[in-house]
Amino acid sequence: MSSTVPATSSSWKRNQQRLAPWLFLAPGMIMFSIYVIIPIFQSIWISFYDWDGLGAKTWIGMANYVELLDDEAFYTSLKNNILWLVLYLLAVPAGLAVALFLNQTVTGIRLYKSLFFFPFVISQVVVGLIFTWFYAPDFGLLSALIKAVSGENIAILADERYVTLGIIAAGLWPQIAYCMILYLTGLNNINPEQVEAARMDGAKGWSLLWNIILPQLGPATFIAIVVTVIGALRSFDLVSIMTDGGPYGSSRVLSFYMYEQALSEYGYRMGYGAAIAVVLFMIMMVFITLFIVRMLMQERNA
Amino acid sequence: MNSFKAALALGYALTVSTAFAGELVVNSDQTDPAPKKAMETLIEGFKAAHPDVTVKWNNFDHEGYKSAIRNFLTADAPDVVSWYSGNRMAPFVKAGLFEDVSDLWAENKLDDQLKSAVKSMEIDGKKWGIPYSYYQWGIYYRKDIFEKEGITPPKNWAELIAACEKIKAAGMTPFAIGTKALWPTGGWFDYLDLRVNGYEFHMDLTAGKVPYTDPKVKAVFEKWAELVKPGYFLENHAAIDWQDAIPQFVQGKAPMYLMGNFAVAAMVDGGLKADQIGFLQFPEITAGIPMAEDAPTESFHIPSGAKNKEDARKFLAYLATPEAQTKMNEVLGQLPVNNQSAKSNDPFLKAGFEMLANAYALAQFYDRDAPAEMAKAGMEGFQQFMVKPDNVDAILARLEKARGRIYK
Repeated sequence: MSSTVPATSSSWKRNQQRLAPWLFLAPGMIMFSIYVIIPIFQSIWISFYDWDGLGAKTWIGMANYVELLDDEAFYTSLKNNILWLVLYLLAVPAGLAVALFLNQTVTGIRLYKSLFFFPFVISQVVVGLIFTWFYAPDFGLLSALIKAVSGENIAILADERYVTLGIIAAGLWPQIAYCMILYLTGLNNINPEQVEAARMDGAKGWSLLWNIILPQLGPATFIAIVVTVIGALRSFDLVSIMTDGGPYGSSRVLSFYMYEQALSEYGYRMGYGAAIAVVLFMIMMVFITLFIVRMLMQERNA
Repeated sequence: MNSFKAALALGYALTVSTAFAGELVVNSDQTDPAPKKAMETLIEGFKAAHPDVTVKWNNFDHEGYKSAIRNFLTADAPDVVSWYSGNRMAPFVKAGLFEDVSDLWAENKLDDQLKSAVKSMEIDGKKWGIPYSYYQWGIYYRKDIFEKEGITPPKNWAELIAACEKIKAAGMTPFAIGTKALWPTGGWFDYLDLRVNGYEFHMDLTAGKVPYTDPKVKAVFEKWAELVKPGYFLENHAAIDWQDAIPQFVQGKAPMYLMGNFAVAAMVDGGLKADQIGFLQFPEITAGIPMAEDAPTESFHIPSGAKNKEDARKFLAYLATPEAQTKMNEVLGQLPVNNQSAKSNDPFLKAGFEMLANAYALAQFYDRDAPAEMAKAGMEGFQQFMVKPDNVDAILARLEKARGRIYK
């Protein structure tokens, strides 16, 4: 007994330096693997099966993916996702514009800032409902305006040409506020000496913004783009609230289509839903890899 | 899979307390005022008849129930659940999650009393639940407006088209409809198919035996186009739900509405008097085809994993009695399935009862007769057709592709 205790304690002492970091990392790593890593592989695994979530699974290999290639609804969703990705990025310059506009010392500027930030605080579901009423034919504010101007009654959320644009516009409202707040904090950290020096050299207006301010906002821009890209790819709540994918499925995005196939009342095709999820994951992987590579490069340079 | 089930069971146990011995757990989705009250009436009646059984009722949100039922049937089954008959219960029956209750039917001689619902409760020759209520579908119209415009309720297709022309000429849209939730389109397809091709063809189609590219299906859409193309349905119907179309009906902007009987309550709430509303059976299209109707049936079932099956059988037996069904349906404003129940005095229920009693056969509704996946694809196609009637061939080709995949 007396001989074993020192032996273990010495082996602990010998390896302490090596083991301690792993012990501290363990809780995080376990959580991360249970909730993120393992489900990713499980999802990929399920995508090779035909499974309704209740009965037995049948191995069908690549059949789910083959079906995806020939599925009109999948291409509609993919097209809408790309539209989301491109248009949602407008939130970054728009957020910057609002931030520059609000970055001044006027009495009550804090109040204005919080009012501009307000949309981001509201739940996405509420944003969706507000915009649904805004667009509603006959009594909505926007459709009343359109009718007054053009004499036509356009139901934005019932028209396959405008529906996705309408939902993206609703999504931009809170997203611009988010980008704005990122830029406002960035603007606080701007080096006033540099700005002053540039002014002395005669820089003003666009050239001041482009050459002095924007480079210093680099980190804020990076974060704004990251959150916006991710926000665009996982857009689901607004689609579900505002149109439920309609009219006739023309406002679906991949995440919504996956939900519809795997989990909604009319679906329960777990394998097919998983296959859609895998495709979405691959698309996201492209962006995630880009971001990580950039971050690693910056860390190395620093 | 087992750990998945265990996790579900844990989550379920945390949200819904489970049964103690001698307790009957009933899960259902009756959160609307009338169904909730009807359910309370049923439970009170059952308690009076069986004072030794305590009933624990878990009431779920209607939409949430549809996914919750899959979890609790596999993880921790209650003793009685509400669900729908027809093809909607097929997945649970095939997965062995529902209990065969043919013995209850035989014991209580329900084949006679619940005659009209026998077909919809049967799968593989066995009965899987007890139906207690149904309601009719048909065209509700504004009696006062019809009188003012000198329109008599149409009995056949030509008269219906003539009535539509008259209404349109008077500056109104003939039919109210809101298709955002898709299912109202199913009612239209059901009736057009039942009247153009008849009940047998409709059942074959929803059972996946007939291709959607069949010329007979195309004929249904040709009739439908006669209403869509001249603009006889509310514009922008794809943006609104069925309730949102009620104001148009109440304000007299759209004096006809193909709907289930539950719409009457909403119309009366909107400010119409009962004598302003008329009910008419969907007119004949192909002469000589026997008239079948849509009448969705509501039912209760016993999960095969139930712990208290003995009391669950008592509960279902009580549910099948004419007294229980009379009381419940008085509150619901619907028709009892048991043909020995007392008749209602409500004029719409009377009209519905007469129509259904003489009906050649009853369909359950497109989204219950067809499997869920096909129903979704189908109703999406119907909605698209009602917006873009010229795309009919592309839509039918897409539905045929879906049929090929879904009915294997």
